[in-house]
Amino acid sequence: MNIESADPRARQRQELFAGVRDTAPLLLGAFPFGLIYGALAASSGLSATAAMLMAICVFAGSSQFIAIGLVAAHTPVAIIVFTTLIVNLRHMLYSATLLPYLRHLPQKWRIPLAFWLTDETFAVTIHRFQRDDDSPYKHWYQLGSSLAMYLNWQFWCLLGLLLGTRIPDAQAWGLDVAMPVTFIGMLIPFVKSKPVAVCVLTAGAASLLTWQLPYKLGILVATFAGITAGLLAQRISNRLINQSDCR
Amino acid sequence: MSGEEWMMIAGMSAVTFGIRYFLFAVADRLQLAPWLLDSLKFIPPAVLTAITVPAVVLPNGEWNLSPANPYLIAALVSLVAGVASRNLLLTITAGLLAFFAHRLLW
Repeated sequence: MNIESADPRARQRQELFAGVRDTAPLLLGAFPFGLIYGALAASSGLSATAAMLMAICVFAGSSQFIAIGLVAAHTPVAIIVFTTLIVNLRHMLYSATLLPYLRHLPQKWRIPLAFWLTDETFAVTIHRFQRDDDSPYKHWYQLGSSLAMYLNWQFWCLLGLLLGTRIPDAQAWGLDVAMPVTFIGMLIPFVKSKPVAVCVLTAGAASLLTWQLPYKLGILVATFAGITAGLLAQRISNRLINQSDCR
Repeated sequence: MSGEEWMMIAGMSAVTFGIRYFLFAVADRLQLAPWLLDSLKFIPPAVLTAITVPAVVLPNGEWNLSPANPYLIAALVSLVAGVASRNLLLTITAGLLAFFAHRLLW
């Protein structure tokens, strides 16, 4: 062990910056969304203060977009809040996955890490937690990723709001392509086994059968279809391995 | 800011944080069954796929499974680039470049 790694503060800082570094590519994927969010908010009838406060307090890209669309359509507040609930339910799956790695932490850690939990931070951080070393500071890595995502999102939302209506037709530029290509980049490292491949193919097929469900419920249905298929595939492959062992 | 806007933001913040925090809050008292623990590793790839596939195959909410669909081309290019390079930044950049090249040339 070298002297540097014996110093807890230095190791915490190392983890923090590693989290920022590994999240950096995803910041690129978030920037067009922040800009479009700001531009759309300006035309939806939502005040600029409210749009910015939403980015600061809610910090959930997809539900912010949906809320703006609903505001523009004069939807009652209760429906907007309910839609947010459904659209964000997938985050509970993320916290379930992180649970074994964070349960030993005090609430003063769990609360901010929960507040900052996004698709991106989750996808990056879970690889760090699953890596086979006994670093007791992996939550610092998640903190680094969280802070990078949060500050980046606020910056682009603010810029989008300031430029606001001066960005003509921001939606028609097709900048929303950043989301699928970012997600594909996040997806690839997970597909390491046949059961996961089965899970991905099933979730993809199911998402095309369920995309018309209201409140983006199709995402949840397709996710559960993928998980079930993955579990079944794993069970079958385990059985095949056991059989060949007995021979 | 209007009262309605305050209510909307308060409500959205509460449900979003509630969903993200609920399991963390009760983590000490929670024991997950073995099959649930087994299923956790399928969650990230399943969610990412379920969000991405419709965004690519049905951009703007209409089926478009043809080479004329720039989202589909961008996705395929980033998939190939990602599998070949295993580099996140390269995956995203390749997809974005393919998208804008397609829009310019098609």
